[in-house]
Amino acid sequence: MVYKFDSGVHYAKSHDWARVEDGLVVCGISDFAQNALSDIVYIELPEVGSEVQQGEVYSTVESVKAAEEVYAPVSGEVVEVNEELEDSPELLNEDPYGGAWIMKVRPTDLAELDNLMVAKVYEVFAGNLDDSGGH
Amino acid sequence: MVKALKRTALYDEHLELHGRMVPFSGWELPVQYDGIGPIKEHEAVRTNAGLFDIDHMGQFEVRGTDVLPFLQFVQVADLRSLQDSDARYSLLCYADGGVVDDIFIYRFESDRWWIVVNATNRRKDLAWLEAHASGFDVQIEDISDRVYMLALQGPKAQEILQRLVDTDLDELAFHTSISAQVAGIPTVIGATGYTGEYGYELFFPESSAVFLWRTLLEAGKADGLLPCGLAARDSLRFEPCLALYGHEIDQDIDPVGARLGWAISFDKGGFIGRDALLKLKLEGPPKKLVGFEMVDRAVPRAGYQVAVDGTVVGQVTTGMKSPTTGRFVGLAYVPAESSRLNTEIDIIVRDKPKRAVVVRRPFYLAAYRR
Repeated sequence: MVYKFDSGVHYAKSHDWARVEDGLVVCGISDFAQNALSDIVYIELPEVGSEVQQGEVYSTVESVKAAEEVYAPVSGEVVEVNEELEDSPELLNEDPYGGAWIMKVRPTDLAELDNLMVAKVYEVFAGNLDDSGGH
Repeated sequence: MVKALKRTALYDEHLELHGRMVPFSGWELPVQYDGIGPIKEHEAVRTNAGLFDIDHMGQFEVRGTDVLPFLQFVQVADLRSLQDSDARYSLLCYADGGVVDDIFIYRFESDRWWIVVNATNRRKDLAWLEAHASGFDVQIEDISDRVYMLALQGPKAQEILQRLVDTDLDELAFHTSISAQVAGIPTVIGATGYTGEYGYELFFPESSAVFLWRTLLEAGKADGLLPCGLAARDSLRFEPCLALYGHEIDQDIDPVGARLGWAISFDKGGFIGRDALLKLKLEGPPKKLVGFEMVDRAVPRAGYQVAVDGTVVGQVTTGMKSPTTGRFVGLAYVPAESSRLNTEIDIIVRDKPKRAVVVRRPFYLAAYRR
């Protein structure tokens, strides 16, 4: 498989991404993750105003296959969620780095981004998973 | 001991089409084709057509002068009215009424019949049939390894298949079969299937599997025919509420509670399970299969618990976001008193009760029931 990688985001091992935008951190799932999940039919969004912790579950994505937990790439307060995903969860399959962002977080500490991978490193990480888990 | 998974003759074809291969009933089969995906595959069958590799299904040939009395005894349907080439859905049941398997029976000649069984149950079914064959002049042969099976389903299935056969498919009534040449390959075409659409199940020699798979896909390409994997197969059979062994039916579930009572003929004489099944029919089954729809937003899934007023009363057998209707719906076993339409139930989703309501089945009216 050929996956898309976005050089403008940081990646967690859990296949979540984080992009700094106007002092906030926009979060979503990677192209590799959406592909592994298959067709996505539902997402349980976090509540605006709630606190998320780096590495902890903040959402659940449901595909035709199964329910999968989504992990926060950074800690902070949820200031906005992408309500469009409630009616059009398939956006997560179609545009994981753009229209299908999941939440925006006011980060507790931007230094947490150093715990994440840059795109080049994540590409190798995801590529290895693909080989081992392949056919 | 880990047993190696069996591969069908189309394994390489599936890889070529980016099939995502998964273990299923001892076989390695595509759950979906990457680049298409389960929802598009599902939609193709509802609007155009889909092609399924279902070689994992088992087939037995039953021959002999006593085939009819033998089959009357081991399964629940009355087969006396079947003519040559007729096909019928039925069940093998234990003496206590539990289901051994759900099966499809084809009559070819008075002394030559086929039984098509679920992959999971192939060995069990064969042993069951053989164990009950004594006293009957019948020979039961497992022909699964040499008979290949494809399913071509959907509103355009007839048009597509017609291009490859010399017989008029208009003559082939629903639930009958015919022996014909498909692109020159001797094939039994059954007007049967498992998707809620009209379509065909094709039986032919395994050596022609790759050829026919490619030929059919090519013949239907312009009509939107797509290869379909296990995920689409499951969502397609779920919407019209066609039962799946291991989900809606198994040895601990009786067909009356599973709403398959229509398949049972009590007035045909004695058969295995008759007494228990008749008792269930007269007294009512302890648990019934219901359809439900989520009121709270959540995806119900097989294995989730069903609660009424905080008490767990049952379990979901299949649930999903129905691709055709967009509704979040499921099937579940609940006690008879909670089975009425509009009954409010909870589905326990990740430890949280989510509101749902018992609704009418099916979620999608099969083409042949319209």
